Amino acid sequence: MQITDEKINQLAHLSRLTFDNNEKAKIKQDLERILELCESLNKIDTEGVEPLIHMTNSVNIVREDNPHQEFSREELLKNAPKKDSDYFRVPKVIEQAK
Amino acid sequence: MKKRFSSLIEIQKEINEGNLNLPELVQYYLTQINKNKHLNAFLEVFEEDAKEQAEEIQKKITLKTAGKLAGMVIAIKDNIVYKDHESSASSQILKGFTSLFSATVVERLLAEDAIIIGRTNCDEFAMGASNENSAFGPVLNAIDNTRVPGGSSGGSAVAVQADMCLASLGSDTGGSIRQPAAFTGIYGLYPTYGAISRWGLIAFASSFDQIGPFTSSVSDMSLLMNCITGKDENDASMAQIEALNIQLTDNTKPLKIAYINDCVNHEGLEESIQTKTFEFIEALKEKGHSLTPIDFPYLDQMVPCYQILTTAEASSNLSRFSGLTYGNRSNNAIDLESMYKTTRSEGFGAEVKRRIMLGTFVLTSDFYDAYYTKAQKVRQVIRQETLKIFENYDIILTPTTSTVAFKIGEKSNNPIAMYLADLFTVQANLAGIPALSIPYGTDDNGLPIGMQIMGKPFEESTLLQLAQQLQ
Repeated sequence: MQITDEKINQLAHLSRLTFDNNEKAKIKQDLERILELCESLNKIDTEGVEPLIHMTNSVNIVREDNPHQEFSREELLKNAPKKDSDYFRVPKVIEQAK
Repeated sequence: MKKRFSSLIEIQKEINEGNLNLPELVQYYLTQINKNKHLNAFLEVFEEDAKEQAEEIQKKITLKTAGKLAGMVIAIKDNIVYKDHESSASSQILKGFTSLFSATVVERLLAEDAIIIGRTNCDEFAMGASNENSAFGPVLNAIDNTRVPGGSSGGSAVAVQADMCLASLGSDTGGSIRQPAAFTGIYGLYPTYGAISRWGLIAFASSFDQIGPFTSSVSDMSLLMNCITGKDENDASMAQIEALNIQLTDNTKPLKIAYINDCVNHEGLEESIQTKTFEFIEALKEKGHSLTPIDFPYLDQMVPCYQILTTAEASSNLSRFSGLTYGNRSNNAIDLESMYKTTRSEGFGAEVKRRIMLGTFVLTSDFYDAYYTKAQKVRQVIRQETLKIFENYDIILTPTTSTVAFKIGEKSNNPIAMYLADLFTVQANLAGIPALSIPYGTDDNGLPIGMQIMGKPFEESTLLQLAQQLQ
């Protein structure tokens, strides 16, 4: 299967990744080779086969709904790359007027 | 390789006879870790913790209140979290991350008085078959330092291989415990899917991932499985079963064993491994088991099916690494979107990005049915056909790998050759059945060879009893 540059750009955006042109060419080639390998799946007749989605037979495993607080705010903010006393901080979200 | 102790039974005997205490034991392993630093198996050694634990548990031993794992010095793969300790899944994106809680397996080990001595190097987010994809450098095979230890749990395998701890935990999504176990000459088990809680395991592909042990003995493997299996309210995808209760005996009943023709006669199988496989088959016959060659015509589909499903699950699982609430955020962000993009592009390695891209591709609406749904259907066929074999047989046998440990760099530029390193191991993950790699001699150059036995769901005991008989 041929993968277009446009497709690579779309996938990169969906994946929230950026690549330079060399990396893009390499990824494109790798994806094409892997997808070619995947063509062999079409040799298996799966007419009428249900897709396998769940690996165990467990259904609706529930527990008692006991409210509890496992972690404090301080603990949850501990690993934050950027924070103030109460919040995670991120770069500006609202676009500035041009 | 020569080890001071190869089972907890030996250690507990020495302790009970007064020839050894736990602080001495921990010191022995710390010295071994220090001596073997060049192998790069450990990302961090919990030296002070381990020494403290040793003092405390030694007191319990004296008071006869110690748990079943007293004397077990164990390492954990860097994708299993441990409260107040760092975990990075060998990725730059999690550099400096400290867990607020412990994985269920860690809690269960500690509850039985195991000592956790450190966290081990692995392929980034457990994606790889050689441990060359770690952000913190490759792990070297202790038998030949120019060769890989296998992956992704390479550090956990080498930690046991080079006697830096008695046992370790790894995780296995397509062979990441069994292949390195085979390459380093030790035991490695992929448990039945749903037997062990994934709570606290940094997710790669949730419908495949299982935590499992590496050991030098069958008795340690059985004991660890008895301690870490069984339902957990934090993992609702588990089977709702009690912990396994594996009791090894001196009597192994004769088993019906099927070996897969396509594997033992595979064109890519190294001659030394083929020879060993037939030796293994003869050894099993001598013990009274019946061995039958069978056909299983899905070998070509297994790795592609695995690639599509695991990359799809990975692209979804790894979307949580955004630089927002934890982990390492890029300094090059100017707005929210570029924060995600720069953090992820700088934080993930090439293999992880490649898999996220493939996974995103197979999940896009244009290709979802052709690839993702198709692969889920093929997985159903492979699972049903695998379970059908167990209507007539107790065990399925293949070599664990088609080659012995390869050279560092040999396959790193060829993703497909690397993916095929999982050729014989992915069947168990696709079907969700237990599989054990048994060390079975070496090739002419002294490189270890592993034999894989797969069993019915939750019949780890059958696999371990057979391994015990052959030990």
